[in-house]
Amino acid sequence: MLSGLEPLIVTAESNFINIGERTNVTGSRVFLRLIQAGDFEAAVAVALEQVNGGAQIIDINMDEGMIDGKEAMVTFLNLIASEPDIARVPVMIDSSKWEIIEAGLKCIQGKGIVNSISLKEGEAHFIAQAKTIKTYGAAVIVMAFDENGQADSYQRRIEICKRSYDILTEKIGFNKYDIIFDPNIFPVATGMEEHNTNALDFFRATKWIKENLDGAHVSGGVSNVSFSFRGNTKVREAMHSAFLYHAIKNGMDMGIVNPSMLEIYSDIEPKLLEYVEDVLLNRKADATEKLLEYAETVKGSGKKKKIDLSWRKQEVNQRLAHALIKGIVEFIEEDVEACRKNYDRPIKVIEGPLMDGMNIVGDLFGSGKMFLPQVVKSARVMKKAVAYLLPFIEAEKGGKIKSSGKILLATVKGDVHDIGKNIVGVVLGCNNYEIIDLGVMVSAERIIQTAIKEQVDIIGLSGLITPSLDEMVYVAQELQKANLSYPLLIGGATTSRVHTAVKIDEHYSRGQAVHVLDASRSVTVAERLLGRKKESFIDDVKSDYSKVRIQHEKHLKAKKLITLKTARGNRPILKFDQSTIFRPKKLGVELLDNVGISQLIPFIDWTPYFQTWELYGRYPNILEDKVVGQEAQKLFEDAQQMLKKIEKENWIRSKGIVGIFPANAVGDDIEIYLDEQRSKTLYTQRTLRQQTKKAQSQPNYALADFIAPKESDTIDYIGGFAVTSGIGIEPHIKRFEEDHDDYNSILLKALADRLAEAFAEYLHHKVRTRIWGYAEAEFLSNEELIKEKYSGIRPAPGYPACPDHTEKIGLFALLDVTKQIGITLTESLAMTPTASVSGWYFAHPEAKYFGLGKVTEEQIKDLAERKSEDLNNIKRWYSSILV
Amino acid sequence: MEDRILVLDGAMGTMIQRHKLEEFDFREGAFEDHEKPLKGNNDLLSITRPEIIKEIHKAYFDAGADIVETNTFSGTRIAQSDYDLEHAVYDINYQSAIIAKEIATQYKDKPRFVAGSIGPTNRTASISPDVNDPGYRAITFDALKEAYREQVQALIAGGVDLLLVETVFDTLNAKAALFAIQEVFDETKKELPIMVSGTITDQSGRTLTGQTTEAFLISLSHMPLLSIGLNCALGANMMRPYLQILNRTAPFAVSAHPNAGLPNAFGDYDESPEQMAAQIKIFLDEGLMNIVGGCCGTTPEHIQAISALVNNYNPRKY
Repeated sequence: MLSGLEPLIVTAESNFINIGERTNVTGSRVFLRLIQAGDFEAAVAVALEQVNGGAQIIDINMDEGMIDGKEAMVTFLNLIASEPDIARVPVMIDSSKWEIIEAGLKCIQGKGIVNSISLKEGEAHFIAQAKTIKTYGAAVIVMAFDENGQADSYQRRIEICKRSYDILTEKIGFNKYDIIFDPNIFPVATGMEEHNTNALDFFRATKWIKENLDGAHVSGGVSNVSFSFRGNTKVREAMHSAFLYHAIKNGMDMGIVNPSMLEIYSDIEPKLLEYVEDVLLNRKADATEKLLEYAETVKGSGKKKKIDLSWRKQEVNQRLAHALIKGIVEFIEEDVEACRKNYDRPIKVIEGPLMDGMNIVGDLFGSGKMFLPQVVKSARVMKKAVAYLLPFIEAEKGGKIKSSGKILLATVKGDVHDIGKNIVGVVLGCNNYEIIDLGVMVSAERIIQTAIKEQVDIIGLSGLITPSLDEMVYVAQELQKANLSYPLLIGGATTSRVHTAVKIDEHYSRGQAVHVLDASRSVTVAERLLGRKKESFIDDVKSDYSKVRIQHEKHLKAKKLITLKTARGNRPILKFDQSTIFRPKKLGVELLDNVGISQLIPFIDWTPYFQTWELYGRYPNILEDKVVGQEAQKLFEDAQQMLKKIEKENWIRSKGIVGIFPANAVGDDIEIYLDEQRSKTLYTQRTLRQQTKKAQSQPNYALADFIAPKESDTIDYIGGFAVTSGIGIEPHIKRFEEDHDDYNSILLKALADRLAEAFAEYLHHKVRTRIWGYAEAEFLSNEELIKEKYSGIRPAPGYPACPDHTEKIGLFALLDVTKQIGITLTESLAMTPTASVSGWYFAHPEAKYFGLGKVTEEQIKDLAERKSEDLNNIKRWYSSILV
Repeated sequence: MEDRILVLDGAMGTMIQRHKLEEFDFREGAFEDHEKPLKGNNDLLSITRPEIIKEIHKAYFDAGADIVETNTFSGTRIAQSDYDLEHAVYDINYQSAIIAKEIATQYKDKPRFVAGSIGPTNRTASISPDVNDPGYRAITFDALKEAYREQVQALIAGGVDLLLVETVFDTLNAKAALFAIQEVFDETKKELPIMVSGTITDQSGRTLTGQTTEAFLISLSHMPLLSIGLNCALGANMMRPYLQILNRTAPFAVSAHPNAGLPNAFGDYDESPEQMAAQIKIFLDEGLMNIVGGCCGTTPEHIQAISALVNNYNPRKY
C-alpha cells in the first residue's frame, strides 16, 4: 500500500504498476538539462506529463556530479507537492546517496518508495538504513547486491533476496508488503555466453521470490535488457514487451518502463517475436546471432509514404471539406472554381461548403481531436479560397460576408513579439470572426481610435515582455477614461489571470478584461462575450476575479520579505581564487559576422518550438506521443524542410557579438573595467538581490555574488553577449503573409527564435571552450557527454535571475550592439529583430540560475540611488517584481 | 478495548472561555514580566491557573470520559514562538501532564487515562504559504521533529498514559511527530500507545494538504498505532463518510471527536448534547467506533450524553 495524495494499493490481483522514469537525470538528458539550467518549472511539467501519461508512481533521481543532488531533490519534491495532479501519485526517491534519500523522505507526506538499499556495504549498514526508512514510513526497493557484488546468477539472486528478506522481517520488523526486490535486469544478446541466461535468471528469480518470500514485490528497470540494441527502436520495443510479458507472468508487479518504448505484445511481428523470445528464454544456441541478423534488416527501414489521392474522386463539397480538414492547398482554387459554378452567387460558396468545412474544423479542435498546427493549415486553405472568391464577390453588389464578430488584435506599444497574437488571429479567423490586426508596437491611442472607427466587438491585447503588462494596464485606463466598454482579451507569455484581475480589471469597471491562457481558449471566450449569455459569463468572470484579488491580497500579507540588509547579510559566500577564477584566453570584444545555420542546428532545443504550436511535451519524446505524436512529427518535418531552404537560399543572417572584461563586485553592483589594472570603469552593472525569506542554509542570491568582490583585491571577469538570427527575415514573412500562408509565416518566426536561442547556446559553448576557455579540458575528455555538463551561466536581462530590462541598455552600449550587429531596443526595451538573445556570462563553478522573486520598495529605492536616478522615473520598470 | 467503546473528553478551549479570563490570569506567578501579551495562550493556564484546568478535567471524568487530553494543544516551540515562549515548552507539557494525571488517579471506579495532546503546530511542511513560491516551506521536517521531541519528552516525564497526535492537517507534520515519538521511545526504551487523529477540512474528503482519508491512513500506518481517527473541522454528520472509509480499511482502532456541528456566524457551536448524541448514535449503529469524544464546542454535557449512549453498544472489531 502506497500513497501520494491518493492511495495506490498493490495486490496480487492488481495489474502491473508502471513507474515513470523520465524525472531521472541519469536516464533522461532532457530532464538533466532542465535541472542543470535550474528550469524547475519545465522539470515539473515533465513529471506532470508522466502522470498524465499513466505513470502510477514517479521515480525521481538527481544523481549527477555537476548538480547539488540534495538541493535539487528537495526543491523538486517541494514543487511537485504543490501540484495536486502530480502529487496524487506516490513518489519513488531514487539515489545511490543516502543523504539525498533521507532529504527526500523529509519532503513527502505520502507513503513513497526508497530506491534503493542493499547489503553491498554489509549488514549493519543495511539494518541502519532500513530502520530509518521504516521510521519515515516508506516502502523500499532492495537490490540483489551484497558484500561480494551484484547478483548475476539465479542462485545468487535468490540467496541475497532471501537473506535481505529475513533481516528486514525478523530483525527490524519491516512490513513484508513494503519490501520490493529488484533482482537485476541485465542485457542479453551481448555476444558473451555468460549473459545468455540473464533474462531467464531474472524470470526464475522473480518466480522464486513470489513463491517463497511472502508479501514481497518485484520490480526492475526494463530498458536495460535491450542495451545491446541501442539505436534499433524496433527490436528494442519488441524486446521490452516480450520481456515484460514473461516477467509479469512470473510475478513481476511493477517496473520502470518508458511507455513510448513499448510495442504491444500481440502486435510484434511473429518472426521477430520468435527471435526475441529465443534470446530471452535462451532457447537456441544461435539465438543471439539470429536476432542480430534480423536487427540488421530492420535498421533504418523507414516506410515510404504514398500520397493518397482517392479523395479527389468525391463530389466537390466533400473535396472542399476534406481539403480544409486536412489542410491541403494544392487543389483549392480548382475546387472553389468548380463549386462556384454550382451556386448563383459566389458568397454562397463561403457561407455554404467552406463555412461547413470550417465548422467541422472548429468542432474537432474544440473537442481536442485536431491540434493547433492543423488548424493553422486549415486556415491557410480557407484564406486562399476566400482570396480566390473575393474578386467575384466584389464584382457583384451587396456581397458581404457575415461574420460572428469583429475583433481587433494588437501587440502593445514597446513590444514586438507577435507569434502568439498571430496564432490567436488565425484561430479566431477560422471560427468566422473578422480580425483587424494592427500588428506590433501599437499605441493605446491607435487601438482606441481604430476600435471606434471599425466598430469592433472585442479588443485583444498581446505582449511578451514584462513592461508590456503596464502598457496593457494603460490601455485599460484609457478605455475607462474614454467611457468605452469594449471587452478586453489579455494574452501573452508574461500575462496571467492574477495580473489581469488585480491590475487590469481593477482599472476597467466599464468593460470586462478577460485573461486568455492560450489561443485555443480564445474562441470560447469570444463566443461567450458576444453570445446571448454574455451577462452571466461576465458575472462569472467578475466574481472569479474579485476572489483572485482577495486571495492575492491575502498572499501579499502572508508573504514575508526580509529587509535588504538582512538579505545582503545572507548572501552566499563563494570561493574566489585560482581554482574558481580563470583568466580568459582573450579579453575584449569579438564579432561573429555570419554564422552558418548548419553550425547552429545541433544546438536547437526543440521543445519550445512545439510549445509555440500548443503541442505540449518534451522533444524527442513528443514525436512518439500517443495523442499529439503524429502532428508533432509533421511539424518537425516541416521545420526541417524550411531549415534547409533557409540555409540554401540564405534567407536570414545570424550575427553575434561577445565581450569579456575584467570585473569586480562592489556590494550588489558589478564594475566592469577596461583592463586588469582597473584604469577605467566601462560600465557598472546593477544587480538585484532576492528578498524572499529562505529556509535555513539557503542564501539570498544576487548575480554580483558570482564575481569576486573588489575588496578581495582579486581581479575577476565577466562576459556579455548579444546574438540575432533575424536579419533579413522580413521579406520572407511578408511573402508568406501575402500568400495568405499564416502557417509558414508563424513557422519561420518560430524557427528564427529557435535559431537565436541555439546561437546563444553555441556561443556559450564557444566561450567556455575557446574564447574564455575555462572549460577547454572538459571537452577534450568526453565530448559527447560533457556537452550538457557545463559550468557557468548566461542570464539574460528581463528573465528570472535579472528581471531588470534596463540592464540591456548598458549591455548594448558596452558591446556597441546596435551598430555592430543591428539589434535595436524599443521603448519598452524589447529587442528587434525579435529573434535575438542577449545576456551576461558568469564563469564561477558555483554560479547558478535563480529566480529573483519579489523585492521591496526599499531595494528599488536603493537601486535608484545607486543609479542616481529619480525613484519615480525608474519605478515603472520594476512594477512586475515590486511587492 | 475489545469489550467497550472508550469515551474521550470534549473541548478544552470552549470550557476555558466560560471563565472569562483576563491577561493577568495568563501571567500570574510565572510570566509576569513577559513583554508580549499572553491572553489566549491557553496552554499556559496549566501553570498559572492549574485549578481551572483541573476542574475541567474533573468535569469530563465526572461526565464519564475514560480519557482526558492534556492542555497542551499548542505546546511546541513552534506554536509558542508566536508568544516568544519557546523556553516555557517543557514546563507547559510537564505541568499539564502532572495535573491531568493527578485528577485521573482520584477516580477508582474504572481506569481513567491521560492522553498527551500533540497539536499540529501552525505551520505546514508540505505546502508553501506563498503561492508565488511553491517550493518554499515555512518549516522543515527536522525543525518539526525537534519541536515534537521536546514536547513528547516532557509529556512522558509528566506521566501521560498515551500520546494523541491530533488535528493532523498535514500528514508530513504528523510523520515528523511519529518520528520524534519513535526516537524518544528508542532512547527511553519505553513505549506508550499512540493515537492519531486527522482533520478532513471540508466535504472534498481531503486533508488541508490534499490527501484523501485513505491516503492519510496509508501514510501513517508504519507505526503500530492504538487508533486512527478524525476530529475537528466537521460536525459528526459530515464526518460519517470518512469514518466509514477508516472503518473499512484501518488495521487499528477507529476514533472520532467531532465538533458540536459547524460554527455559526458568531463562531459559536450550536449543536446540543442531544443533537450530537443522535448523530453519534448513527456511528454506533453502524459499528464504526472504538473511541469517541468531542472537539470544538463540546462540553461535559455532550460527553455525558455520549457516555450514556456507548454502554449499549459493542466496539468495532478490527
